[in-house]
Amino acid sequence: MIRPGQDFDPTRRRLLGGGVTLGALTLLTGCNVSDHDAVQDALQRVSVWNDRVQAALFGPHRLAPTFPESMAVKDFRYNAWYGPDQAPVLDPKDYRLGLAGRISDKRSWSVDALHALPQVTQVTRHICVEGWSMIGKWTGTPLRVFLERIGADTTARYVGFECADGYYEGIDMPTALHPQTLMAFRLHDALLPHRHGFPFKLRIPTKLGFKNPKFVTTLYVTDKEPRGYWPDRGYNWFSGL
Amino acid sequence: MSQKGVQTHAWPLRLAHWTMAIAVLVMIGSGWRIYNAEPILPFRFPLFATLGGDVEAALARHGDPGVASAIAWHFAGMWLLGAAFGLFLLYGLLSGHFRRDYLPLTPRAFVRDFTDALCFRLEHRLGVYNAVQKAFYWGVLLALVVVILSGIAIWKPVQTYPLETLFGGFQGARTVHFLAMTAIVGFLAVHLALVALVPRTLVSMITGRSGPSPEPEGEAP
Repeated sequence: MIRPGQDFDPTRRRLLGGGVTLGALTLLTGCNVSDHDAVQDALQRVSVWNDRVQAALFGPHRLAPTFPESMAVKDFRYNAWYGPDQAPVLDPKDYRLGLAGRISDKRSWSVDALHALPQVTQVTRHICVEGWSMIGKWTGTPLRVFLERIGADTTARYVGFECADGYYEGIDMPTALHPQTLMAFRLHDALLPHRHGFPFKLRIPTKLGFKNPKFVTTLYVTDKEPRGYWPDRGYNWFSGL
Repeated sequence: MSQKGVQTHAWPLRLAHWTMAIAVLVMIGSGWRIYNAEPILPFRFPLFATLGGDVEAALARHGDPGVASAIAWHFAGMWLLGAAFGLFLLYGLLSGHFRRDYLPLTPRAFVRDFTDALCFRLEHRLGVYNAVQKAFYWGVLLALVVVILSGIAIWKPVQTYPLETLFGGFQGARTVHFLAMTAIVGFLAVHLALVALVPRTLVSMITGRSGPSPEPEGEAP
């Protein structure tokens, strides 16, 4: 996830001092052009085309690189549009994961029930849309195992998520069924800290970081493309790696 | 159709050139805005030189400071750059343009022409490239290949794995992408300076002809 607003100082906008610089050329070719609705629409159409290209490029059995445990970072970087102390603190006594959509057994799940699922550990790399990356050790249940357990219709096209902090995301079914896509309960052997999404976050090493929702409270299976918090703010929907 | 002047650039080359020119500017401008979100060196590019729109407008529109727009530009511009560069390579190889005009290139000729250029003794003859020019064109060709390959490694590090290991990993690919961009910007600076010194080259890249009176029906607006 990224932090809007922090890295840019609007007051730094300056007028050009004359002379044909690269910046001036760039400006002429479209700096403020970006703000026209027609340009935004055109860019959005290319983004939808890019979704299709990425879905075609995605190998359902192609694995993201894994790393030796010694490379895993213990103090994993926190990232959201709010500070870590504002992250929702969910009480395991009250928490229930709600299920909706094309799922045959829609009974909700407690933390204990989730923890009783079979778990695997993997050391994979998180890549943020901003460009930073970090290797982490994650333990949890492959989403595929959970989807089969709840009788999800895996011929549906998407799996969507709603989160305790108002975040929402969705992924394509091939990614949901990918062997490395986890419901991660543990980070570096410890119970997932609240700021990283207790009781679980989706850990998807084939997607950019913002496609890895935290503190998931509802999971649904659908044929309608789920919206995403950052895709609604102009980021590419598929955002596969 | 009049045949004044000598044909210097065939139309596929001019089409590829100008499309690449637009695509490269889009890629640099949007790339700088993306870089600013997570700089790898202790500086940021001035906002006016980046592509992604007004920060306040972007924040008002969708709560993002224009990085989303910059990425959208970058992933649209990549298709334009790929298509134009592909056309350029294809034409350059098939027509013999690279072999005929970019070769031969020897270190001795390079040193000779480079020294002449520094002493302002080097003449510019349209349609004939001196050794320094040839080296520059090979250099920017290589930089474009590297920028595209490292860009693919950054865009699709999992699907193209182990491509990134060629650049020393994902962060290495970001560094290489940045360095290749720097080389292209350096090329552009020299390229534009030389066009300013010999404006006839601009005319011939638009009309495809050199000579005292270019064709009036040239496609320049």
